[in-house]
Formats: sequence, structure tokens, C-alpha cells
Amino acid sequence: MARTIDRRDFLKLAGFGGAVFASGLSGCASLGGMGSEQEDFFFVQLSDTHWGFSGPPNPDARGTLQKAVAAVNSLEQQPDFIVFTGDLTHTTDNPAERRKRLGEFRDIVGELRVKHVRFMPGEHDASLDKGQAYREFFGAPTYAFDHKGVHFIAIDNVSDPGASIGEEQLRWLADDLGKQARDARIVVFTHRPLFDLMPDWDWATRDGAKAIELLMPYRNVTVFYGHIHQEHHQMTGHIPHHAAKSLIFPLPAPGSQPKRAPLAWNPAEPYKGLGFRRVKAETGEARFPMTEFPVIKA
Amino acid sequence: MRAGGRRRWLARVGKGLLAAGLLGAGGYAATQPVERVIRISTRKFEFTPSEITLTKNEPVILEFTATDDLMGFKSAGLGVRMDIVPGKVTRLRLVPDRVGKFMFYCDVFCGDGHEEMDGTITVVETGA
Repeated sequence: MARTIDRRDFLKLAGFGGAVFASGLSGCASLGGMGSEQEDFFFVQLSDTHWGFSGPPNPDARGTLQKAVAAVNSLEQQPDFIVFTGDLTHTTDNPAERRKRLGEFRDIVGELRVKHVRFMPGEHDASLDKGQAYREFFGAPTYAFDHKGVHFIAIDNVSDPGASIGEEQLRWLADDLGKQARDARIVVFTHRPLFDLMPDWDWATRDGAKAIELLMPYRNVTVFYGHIHQEHHQMTGHIPHHAAKSLIFPLPAPGSQPKRAPLAWNPAEPYKGLGFRRVKAETGEARFPMTEFPVIKA
Repeated sequence: MRAGGRRRWLARVGKGLLAAGLLGAGGYAATQPVERVIRISTRKFEFTPSEITLTKNEPVILEFTATDDLMGFKSAGLGVRMDIVPGKVTRLRLVPDRVGKFMFYCDVFCGDGHEEMDGTITVVETGA
């Protein structure tokens, strides 16, 4: 069963203050079985850039992504890698325009100082052609890799327009997890929430419960996702799920208003609600302290 | 079998087949529907109608047609979902068992505007 924890509760439970967060609440103790390759490191999560969007919710839609790239490049300590958790581009029915947007997006993020960049599709990138164009630019949407003692898994829940992971990918996930120790540090990247956050707003994955069931035996799993255009933290059992802010427009808190319409742009506070996060992986710790950054410094 | 008994038997069989999703449009018409049918068409990015009123405990058949693309119909509050396939009539039998407003939406991503493709089923008390 999923339970929501608000920001204050989360900070209290995790023992952090200010803008720094930690995940892996049940796994705050040091881990056993550490390999010699483990080291502290940072990664940065950016999400929902929606390149190609235009409209009143963001009058600077053609410039926000570049500002985010500049903001990441200006971080005093550069991350080991950067991950984009989907909706790189805004959807279009035109396949040529979709590829144009994907290409422009790739060029813009090519300006990042860090060259180890991981991508994932969102439904806006992949659901109208089952991920065909996305794959041409960024390769397979499902993959796993290891980095300094952490096992990372990217799950695609958008190439199916019905928001299913699908049996084939679930078998792949089960196989990949089968190679991991039960106390391995595992981070899952996905676009949609794997749990039913707000089904009436399509904030769910149709067969996400199956993925969570596969993850449950592992004691130190953390999920980072996008889709809902806001910071959000929720537990399913011992697994924390952290949603990231968007880089185009914020959406309302789940259930806070009848419809999930974008929050209006406020000229007095431009870029409010937009941003990215830096995540720290500390040797021997299951938790992942997070620091949220705005697109533009106040 | 007497004529009246045969009609009742056919109606019972027809309802059973309909509930099991085994009856096509022609067969359904032949059995004289006893349940209200609400026809809903879909196209990018709307349901027509998008506001539907039902009565608590009254069985209805929601009859969907898609005019352009594959769509989905989901109401988490009512616990139902269907794919709506172009060129095919899709039926969903529904017996709402509680009063209230229940949102429904397209849960098959269909393009720019998909997020606004939704509607509301209002269930009112019997006799209201």
C-alpha cells in the first residue's frame, strides 16, 4: 500500500533540514557487502523539459532548457552523470516535427559539461510511435548500469500508449534483479509513477504494481521519476518514490483542483516551481540525500 | 415452449451474453434491450457526451465508438476501463452502486490534448 508523506514529515523522518532530502527511509543503516569500487558521488536528475511546447504556462519555453543547462554547468561540484527522466520533447502528431524536436533537444543538452548523460522517454516522446523516433536518437529506453556500487535500472512505462510496462520488460526486470544481492543499492528511473498516485489524472502505470512487487524483496531500492511536474515523495512499503520538478511548467498537487491544468506563469516569480535536483550517493548508505535547485537563482 | 416463455428465455440469454461481451450489435438489437444504452463517441481529444448522469443501481450499457484513433475509457472511481477501437462498437455494462461524481478520462495517450480528454459521470439517487 502506498502512503504519502509530506515534505516536513519526510525531512523529519530522514533527519535532514533545509532543501536537502534523503531517500531510503528503511535503509538508513549502513549496508553490508560493499565492494571496493564504492565511492561517494552525485548525479543530477532533470525531467519533463517538453522541448517544442509553446503557450502561456511558460512564455520562455524556447529558453528555459538552455537556462537549466547553464545552471547545471554552474554547479560547483559537477555530477558523475545526468539523467533526464522523460518528456524530453512535447508531443506532436507530425513524425518529422517529433524528430526535429528530439534533435534540437539533443543539441541543447549537448552543451552540458558532463558528458555521461542518460535519457529516458516520456509519453510525449514515445507514445504516439511506440518509441520509434526516440530510439533513433537515444537508443533503448530500458537498460541497467552500475556506477560506483549502485545498480541503476531504467524502466520504460511510456512506449506503450496505454502506460504499461509489459510482460517482456517485466521479465527482463526480474532477470536483472535476480543478479542483485538483496541488500544491493538499487535506483530505478522511470517516467510515470509506478504506483497509483492519482489515477484520475493518469498519474499511474497500468501494471506498475507488478514492478513494485519485483522490487519489494530488495531492501535498498529508491525510485526517481517525472511526469507529474512537481517534487513529490511517497513510500510504497519500504520503497521511496521521488518525483522531480519539470523544466517547462508546474502541475497542481495531486487532487488539489478538479483538473490537472498547468499552474499559471507568474511574471512576478518567473520559473517558479521549475527546477532540477542533485542526488548524492554516499558509500555504505542506502539513502540518497537530494538538493533541489531552481532554474534561475533568486 | 409457449411464446411468452420463449421471449423471456431469449431475453435472459441475451442479457447473459451481453454481460459476457459475447453479443454483437445485430444480436443485441434482436433481443430487445431492457437496459438503457448510452452512446459515447470519441475523437481527439473529447468524449461526446462528456457529462453523463446515471441512477444508482440502474444497469446501463455504455456503447463506445472511436471516430479516429485508439482511445481508452477509464474511471478509477467506478473501477472500470476499456479500450475503444476504431471501427468497432465497444460495450461496457455498468451498475453504479453509489451516488457521486466520478471522473473518467482517456488512458491511451493520443496526442497533444490527451490530458484534457475527460468527462464526468454523475450518479444520482434512485427517484431523484
